[in-house]
Amino acid sequence: MLLDLFYLLTFLFRGTMQKKRAIKVSKQKDGFAISFYAMASACEVLIQTSDEQLAKQIGQCVSNEVWRIEDKYSRYDIQSTCSLINASNGQPVKIDEETYLLLNFAEQCYQLSDGLFDISSGVLRKLWTFDGENAECKDFPCQEEISEILNCVGWDKVIYDRYSVLLPKNMQLDFGGIGKEYAVDRSILLAKQFTDKPLLINLGGDLAVTGPRENNQAWQVAIEAPNSDKAGHTQDMIVAIKQGALATSGDTRRFLIKAGTRYGHILNAKSGWPIVNAPRSITAAAPQCIQAGILATLALLQGKNAEKFLIEQEITHWARR
Amino acid sequence: MTEITKQRNIKAALSIATTALLGTSVTTTTSVQAKEVDEWQFETAYLLYSEVDRVTAGEVIIAGTKTFENDEILNLKLTIDALTGASANGAVAQPKAQTFTRPSGNGQYITPAGDTPLDDTFKDTRLQLNGQWTQPLEDNITTSIGGHLSKEYDYLSLGINGNLAYDFNKKNSTISMGLSYFLDTFTPEGGIPKAFSSMLVGDSNSPEWNDEFAKTRVGDSENKSTTDILVGFTQVISRRMITAFNYSYSTVDGYLTDPFKVVSVLNSGGFAEDYIYENRPDSRVKQSTFMQAKYHFDESLLNIVADVSYRYMWDDWGINSHTIDSRFTIPVGQTSYFQPHIRYYQQSAADFFKPFVINNQSLGNFVSADYRIGEMTAITVGGKYGLLLNGRNELSFRLEYYHQMPTYAGFSLPAALDGLDIAPNVDAIIAQISYSF
Repeated sequence: MLLDLFYLLTFLFRGTMQKKRAIKVSKQKDGFAISFYAMASACEVLIQTSDEQLAKQIGQCVSNEVWRIEDKYSRYDIQSTCSLINASNGQPVKIDEETYLLLNFAEQCYQLSDGLFDISSGVLRKLWTFDGENAECKDFPCQEEISEILNCVGWDKVIYDRYSVLLPKNMQLDFGGIGKEYAVDRSILLAKQFTDKPLLINLGGDLAVTGPRENNQAWQVAIEAPNSDKAGHTQDMIVAIKQGALATSGDTRRFLIKAGTRYGHILNAKSGWPIVNAPRSITAAAPQCIQAGILATLALLQGKNAEKFLIEQEITHWARR
Repeated sequence: MTEITKQRNIKAALSIATTALLGTSVTTTTSVQAKEVDEWQFETAYLLYSEVDRVTAGEVIIAGTKTFENDEILNLKLTIDALTGASANGAVAQPKAQTFTRPSGNGQYITPAGDTPLDDTFKDTRLQLNGQWTQPLEDNITTSIGGHLSKEYDYLSLGINGNLAYDFNKKNSTISMGLSYFLDTFTPEGGIPKAFSSMLVGDSNSPEWNDEFAKTRVGDSENKSTTDILVGFTQVISRRMITAFNYSYSTVDGYLTDPFKVVSVLNSGGFAEDYIYENRPDSRVKQSTFMQAKYHFDESLLNIVADVSYRYMWDDWGINSHTIDSRFTIPVGQTSYFQPHIRYYQQSAADFFKPFVINNQSLGNFVSADYRIGEMTAITVGGKYGLLLNGRNELSFRLEYYHQMPTYAGFSLPAALDGLDIAPNVDAIIAQISYSF
């Protein structure tokens, strides 16, 4: 009885902390749309089928997977694996295979970007507040503060293997740069085990499809314009996708302005400073969502050379400045 | 800022890392097919073509392209030209002033001694509409159909076209075939002149004028039809090089004479005695071959894109021509480019081309003194500067100089023409501003 009450309280507590975990199924012209809320984003699954039961089942299974990943890797959830690692105070923490694989992936990205992409760079956010208000930033950090915080950044200082990870004191990991895209790919794999019907999974703009719609038709998705919140600006862009994934990285509304320079929310993990002269947003296409996401982020990290990087790597992309 | 080493293939490395993360089952999905479904994309341009002392043309182009869900593309284009100025009427320069009747029959104009006769009533506004619908039939077959309408005060042109393209060899090779048909109707003011009849020169206010003028006319309008067949082959040679080869066969039937052009009839001393209306064959078969190569140089050569083409054209009028065209796109910084352009053109004369006729010569069936079907060499040099605004919209400026050199080799000049420039060069400036959004 007491235990039950405890669970109920926990549930209520969670309920107030985050939006209710429920899915909504709605009938569409040639299928169903399942919407839910996860990872601070509106999420949806589109499936081309007339079988409502199947649609519900897929929606349930995809949303559960996304919530599972959110719970496991959110740095806001004190029970998450991520929080356990961050609270380890320099002690080794046991990890499972999935976490090991994600750390391994983060390692690859760190190497490929020569250290520009670093999942331990999240602590820099203590200094940089990107509220996107179109006003001058008041408390711009000074170089001393940045240098001090940079002592707590550096993936190369993290020691990990198949079974455990050792995060030095005062350091923090943040899976925010790959979590959502990873969830898209995982969900696609999962959904494919249940059905051959064409489907699209969209987690707040990062999305993937299992293949073309019936009769080899493309899925049409709208990608929000960087300044679509202001009247009279560029419209959303419509992209037709038959295969693969799209991910968007950018500072749509998260940026700060100091002395007329616009600083995007992507931080250079080596200098501790936000990237300047980068496009406002980059949408990249790749076979898997996590690749698309990393490519878009790596491109943004190139600043003014973002487009050049994407062209050289022969990546289908849309950059908006 | 550290730049990611470009030699490294990040895409490939990431895909290995992704397979490690998500398992081997993802390797079945190794491709991505995504492209933007455009809202309307527009291209606008203003072009000014101005010949020294002759024709000036202003042209406004508005083109819109929309890509639909399944790669269907609709392209609409509106062109408006306004032409003013003077155009050579075909007669040869003389040591004395010459008087000509305007093509409409209403009034006359006088060309000063030594000058090439130019008809200065050249004024026209043309409206052109083109529409094209392109859509994939299957994964490797693309088809396209289009329509064309062009209307001037005295001219109507209607056309349709159809194209089919077949991709093979992993889409590295494309064979295409196109067919088009145009029907033109010409209703010149003053009617169609009677071939070889003499231009009536005199008092256009006299009571007999209209009747006399009418005797040089054979009708109000004429037609011509054009059928073009094009076969093309495009081949991707490497990541950096693409080549194209075309062959086209074009047959035109109907009224191909220029009703505004005359030929000077000179006496043996070289003085003009008469001007007769020209006459051209009522059919023309034109063939041409075209080859083009585009090469994208690497960083060591500034990432320049070279585009070089050669065309050889020949027809059954005896005209053949060579065109060498080359453009080099040189990137300047991240968002702009400069594109120098050089074009060389050389053409031989039509068999029936004569800059003038001598009164005792037999005329044969056809004659024209229009310098445009005579022997000539022309050179275009210029450049274009384009810049990308907002990462998507392109603004470009083009400035070119055109120099045309007619050469009437093989025609012996009678004494009166000595020292006269009977084949004057034509110089023109082409300026264009384009904006696409």
